[in-house]
Amino acid sequence: MIVIRLEDLLYSAPLLVLTSSGLLALIAEAAGRDKPVISYYTSLIGVITSLILTFLNLGAGVPVFNNMILQGGYAAYCNLIFLSSALLSIVLSRSYLERMQYHRGEFYVLIVFATAGMMLMAAALDLTIVFLGIELMSICLYVLAGFMRKKELANEAALKYFLLGAFATGFLLYGIALIYGTSGTTNLVVISRSFAQLSGNSLFLIGCGMLIVAFSFKIAAVPFHMWAPDVYEGAPTTVTAFMSTGAKAAAFATFVAVFVRVFDIPGTALSSVLALIAAASMIVGNVTAIAQNNVKRMLAYSSIAHTGYMLSGIAAGNAEGEQGILFYLVAYTFMNIGAFGIVSWVEQQEDRKLKFDDYAGFSARQPAVAVLMSVFMFSLAGIPPFAGFFGKYYVFLAAVKADMTWLAIIGVMTSLVSVYYYLRLVVLMYFCEGESDVAAKVPLAAISAVTLAAVLVILLGIYPSLLVDMTKGFFKI
Amino acid sequence: MLETYIPIFVVIAGGIVFGIVMVKLNEWLGPRRPTDEKLSTYESGMEPVRTARERFSVKFYMVAVLFILFDIEVVFLYPWAVAFKELGVAGYITMTVFIVILLIGLFYVWRKGALEWD
Amino acid sequence: MTLQSFLFYLLAVISVGSALLMVTRRNPVIAALYLILNFFALGGLYLTLHAQFIAFIQILVYAGAIMVLFLFVIMLLNLGDVKQLTERVSYKKIIAAGLSFALLMEMLYIFVYAPSDLPTSRFEQAATIGTVEYIGKQLYTTFLFPFEVASVLLLAAIVGAVILAKRRLN
Repeated sequence: MIVIRLEDLLYSAPLLVLTSSGLLALIAEAAGRDKPVISYYTSLIGVITSLILTFLNLGAGVPVFNNMILQGGYAAYCNLIFLSSALLSIVLSRSYLERMQYHRGEFYVLIVFATAGMMLMAAALDLTIVFLGIELMSICLYVLAGFMRKKELANEAALKYFLLGAFATGFLLYGIALIYGTSGTTNLVVISRSFAQLSGNSLFLIGCGMLIVAFSFKIAAVPFHMWAPDVYEGAPTTVTAFMSTGAKAAAFATFVAVFVRVFDIPGTALSSVLALIAAASMIVGNVTAIAQNNVKRMLAYSSIAHTGYMLSGIAAGNAEGEQGILFYLVAYTFMNIGAFGIVSWVEQQEDRKLKFDDYAGFSARQPAVAVLMSVFMFSLAGIPPFAGFFGKYYVFLAAVKADMTWLAIIGVMTSLVSVYYYLRLVVLMYFCEGESDVAAKVPLAAISAVTLAAVLVILLGIYPSLLVDMTKGFFKI
Repeated sequence: MLETYIPIFVVIAGGIVFGIVMVKLNEWLGPRRPTDEKLSTYESGMEPVRTARERFSVKFYMVAVLFILFDIEVVFLYPWAVAFKELGVAGYITMTVFIVILLIGLFYVWRKGALEWD
Repeated sequence: MTLQSFLFYLLAVISVGSALLMVTRRNPVIAALYLILNFFALGGLYLTLHAQFIAFIQILVYAGAIMVLFLFVIMLLNLGDVKQLTERVSYKKIIAAGLSFALLMEMLYIFVYAPSDLPTSRFEQAATIGTVEYIGKQLYTTFLFPFEVASVLLLAAIVGAVILAKRRLN
């Protein structure tokens, strides 16, 4: 009885290589004491190898392992996002954790396993894999959020994230159970074939609603966003960078995989529910961000707002929306991870130097870093010619085309609001007097990581078609 | 199908009845002459001080979590063992991979001293 | 009344009753003990549905392992003064009660007005798919990949437990 074919293993090589590197890093951490550098390099090599293998695998998607996961195509595209997010976070974390005196090998192991979970989420063709992927990612993130275990805020963050996350998992499982009960299968492709018939079934729709709740929690959409500011603030800054980019992208990737590629939502009640959630996220995120004094909290609320922009793409449910989200996720990953990276350079032990005022006069001492930070802020605000602008452009265009002009108008209005708090940081850096500086000399690897992110943000802003053309064929199963 | 489980139900019911009967019999038949000394908590002859509801160390929790995780591993072994003959070599390899991954976990736990009562 | 329906009503009464007793007890340890009773009753219900494997797991893992963890956590947190736990009626409670009521109404609606939406009984099939052997065959062939993923998930949980709960690291 042959249950695994050789090509299954070949197609899923990026996933297998990454997981193995995590296992090796764990063995290294257990075998040699107090040498987290070994785990660092092992996981780094694993992520880079997986990244290269993913590039080779960008062709058409192939279902593998008994139609459990899809490898290549859509999954490969999403893997690129997760792996770059993991790569940048790992590089930024080393110096940050050394400075905070929490440098331990398990950190990298957990990042790698979380990334493997994300890859499963994006690749899932079966609801069991959706569940396992989300859990694998979330369990690693709960621990990473509380990694600085002597810090009270970190403990609070981990506990809050865990309790609310467990609750969201409950919704997810209940939803899966209802969908399985009404359709008789957990396979998404089979469900999609009978979607037209099932969409009149109230139990099935409740199941879908429960999935929306669970996914909305993972992407931090209003009204399931309460955890985000506290967790983003309490977690180590580089973990926040990883969570707000990789984890959010993964949750969006499953959201799109289930609700756009499989279920045919435009015109159904689900579509207007999603539009409402999107509008609420944009308004609450942007308005609350204005009142923040802590840069990490500001970026947390900004992240909620960006969730709203991207969700309007899902709510629209048309080709522009789908491609728009996929482009937006890449742009958002690079600009946000860059911004958090710089925050992690300025931050000092015991949560000092995280306020807006700690950036006053930053450009005088660190002109280059200030330029990088401004690039990320301009891009987050959606000012052309940076990548963030085109992300917004695509999803708002999609909303207009789907007869949801009101959603696009809310999007544009709230974007204008957001310009205030993003540019406040830029104004502080350039036009105010202050003593602010980076906390310690930043190693070359970390500088190159953030510079790379900035270069990509500019490059994708000038040539957005580089990515958009790639994503065209992803929405047929 | 359910009929095959009747013996199990009988054992469970018997256990419950036996427990209640023993406690109640003791209550009805045993003589009862309480004194202060007799009613105090038995502490091997020591005077009991402070509350008995002490806060437990997190070490117990550690043991409990590891117990659950490896218990779930055993749960997976059970259906595998039942279907072992039909699964053949492929099934054997499958389970080996699973066990090896969890053995790495055991190795990690052991090296980190989480199995020791520190 | 057949044995089947007699057992169903008996176990249903026990499980609902123990669940109610669990949430109304003030002492968390007693509440946890009622939860064990609830787990046993659920295990019995699974058995009447021919889900033999799930019934075993329910008792082995939930009533056994998970409850040990629950009790340890209760003793670890040591909720000395139970009075501190009781909240007064706040707007949150009112909203929560309202939402629960809405959910209950939705459920009732489906049972009363749209019973055709309920999944059709697969009782005959259930007798074969509930056995340990059948689950073993499915799990290690069709669902082989999720099974291997589960091992990585467990491994991540082991690492997480050590990182967060181990008293002294190194």
